Amino acid sequence: MRIVVPIKAVPDLVEEIELTGDGAAIDREYLTFVLNEWDGQALEEALLLKDADGAKVVAVGLADDPDIDQFLYTALAKGADEAVKLVAATALGPPGPGGASGADRAALLAAYLTAHPADLVITGVQAADDLDGQLPSRLAALLDLPHVSVVIGVEPAQVEPAQVEPAQVEPAQKEGGRDEDGGASVTVRQEFAGGRCHELEVQLPAVIGVQSARQAPRYAPITRIRQAMNAGGLSELVVPARAAGNALVVRRLHRPGTAGGAEMMTGSAREVAGQIVGLLRARGLVKGSVP
Amino acid sequence: MSTNVMVLAEHTDGKISDGTYELIGQARELAGALGGATEVALLGPADLAGQLGSADIVVCVEHPALEQYVPEAYERALLEVLAQRSPRLLLLSNATVGLDLGAALSVHWDAPLVAYVSALEVDGGVVVATAQILGGKVLAEVELPGERAIVTLLGGAFSSAPGAATGPGAAAPEVVHVGPPASLATLRTSLRRVVPAAGGDVDISAADVLVSVGRGIESQENLETVLELAEALGVPLSASRPVVDAGWLAKSRQVGQSGLKVKPRAYLAFGISGAPEHLEGMRRSELIIACNTDPGAPIFAVAHYGTTLDLFDLVPELVDMVRD
Repeated sequence: MRIVVPIKAVPDLVEEIELTGDGAAIDREYLTFVLNEWDGQALEEALLLKDADGAKVVAVGLADDPDIDQFLYTALAKGADEAVKLVAATALGPPGPGGASGADRAALLAAYLTAHPADLVITGVQAADDLDGQLPSRLAALLDLPHVSVVIGVEPAQVEPAQVEPAQVEPAQKEGGRDEDGGASVTVRQEFAGGRCHELEVQLPAVIGVQSARQAPRYAPITRIRQAMNAGGLSELVVPARAAGNALVVRRLHRPGTAGGAEMMTGSAREVAGQIVGLLRARGLVKGSVP
Repeated sequence: MSTNVMVLAEHTDGKISDGTYELIGQARELAGALGGATEVALLGPADLAGQLGSADIVVCVEHPALEQYVPEAYERALLEVLAQRSPRLLLLSNATVGLDLGAALSVHWDAPLVAYVSALEVDGGVVVATAQILGGKVLAEVELPGERAIVTLLGGAFSSAPGAATGPGAAAPEVVHVGPPASLATLRTSLRRVVPAAGGDVDISAADVLVSVGRGIESQENLETVLELAEALGVPLSASRPVVDAGWLAKSRQVGQSGLKVKPRAYLAFGISGAPEHLEGMRRSELIIACNTDPGAPIFAVAHYGTTLDLFDLVPELVDMVRD
């Protein structure tokens, strides 16, 4: 099974986000970029499938994403078999408002996947700058594949022959993930508010948008990332971009005001703690006396 | 060109979701401004139309594959509805269903899509959507000038009351039936079973006070700091999604769109930036006190009191005082 994991660089939200003077784009000059956290979850889920039955995992990034090499090498260090950097024939610009739209990115990835088909595309359910919607279902629509998003677990639906009594082989296979044409399928868990899930069987090829992997993403030590860099396993591929269509007309970007929001407490930690305990005590939510 | 505004109804166990009413309330406002009607696409059990009294038109598609939400089945049925009804706008929840269907419908229905929308208005005949992106740190105003568009709306940003209410003597909505598309017979996705939410060791939605922690806690080891405060107060520890996804706390402790909605008497947020999905789960708390070193963190927009002190300086002081 060939699993392609598209990954994306997004601004580190721990930092303050500045806008350009004209309010048309985010100011990327001093921004730090990190791997989209849901893509990290998607990669982990793909690697779990590889651990279980030897799937081949290919991490794919876009050359226009800041620091994408680092994230692709990290994917290799974690166990991805290949890392590919897509270079758009016409540069897209960095991700997000004022740069490449989600539709632009999906069109490029669709062109790559048409030329290099995958059995399974697993990517993050969303990214923090997905203004025009999310990648998984857009990509699936462009490729005419089934898709499921907000997934918290992907497992092969085929029943392992070793686990099945001979007499049960036929019905087990039927129930366990071979469709009428004998195609493979996966079982996924789609999560709804409050933790309720739908367990769905999806025929391959398919696109899955991962919310969280079955386990926390594995850690790649810096030494192994350096090894991956030195081994140079990152390949570049020029891809003709398809026209994306339905571009959004962004009137302006601005930062939300906190007007009407919190009353800010100032002073030392001791003083602020005193105010907080006072607020709680006034509502009878802390026992004991105010210091 | 229609000026109607359509909502996709979500339902579970024979009950229309609260989020659907938020969408209908918003649709009614927009349809009023555009001079159109409010339509609700009801896929599956048509008898639920009785719960959609605040719509003008309920468009039903009945088929066994639509009894429960299955992305491919819903997508095909909804595309049939869109082809027949051609609404000006389609509103979806920015939760599982909207995240799942929105972009695919944008491609197949050939309509622009705006996600994470927290405000919608008609300005000089043009629909303008305001989206909260980058964890709510940036607002994007997007114009939707064409004949059709899709908008996914953040939960909790709008009241569900206008969409749920029907005035006395209000006319029942017109019910229109659309035949299921033949493509529902060749689905590549099928529902195997519904898995109910697993109960946790503690019900955070029943707590009077919650000590809640986010990405700012940085590591699992650091949880000890806030855990001490929760213990000193005798209340549960809850968290935003990144802490749960990292595997540091159980899913049952998660507050937000994909976790639980809570409304304690006091919600103490430490190192939580306040992404829209988190705010959806806690903004109705009676008292919100937020601690985050970033003065621009969106959590401060919904908090009653805030501080930009480092949580690692503040929390030990709080523990001392509560224990005294």
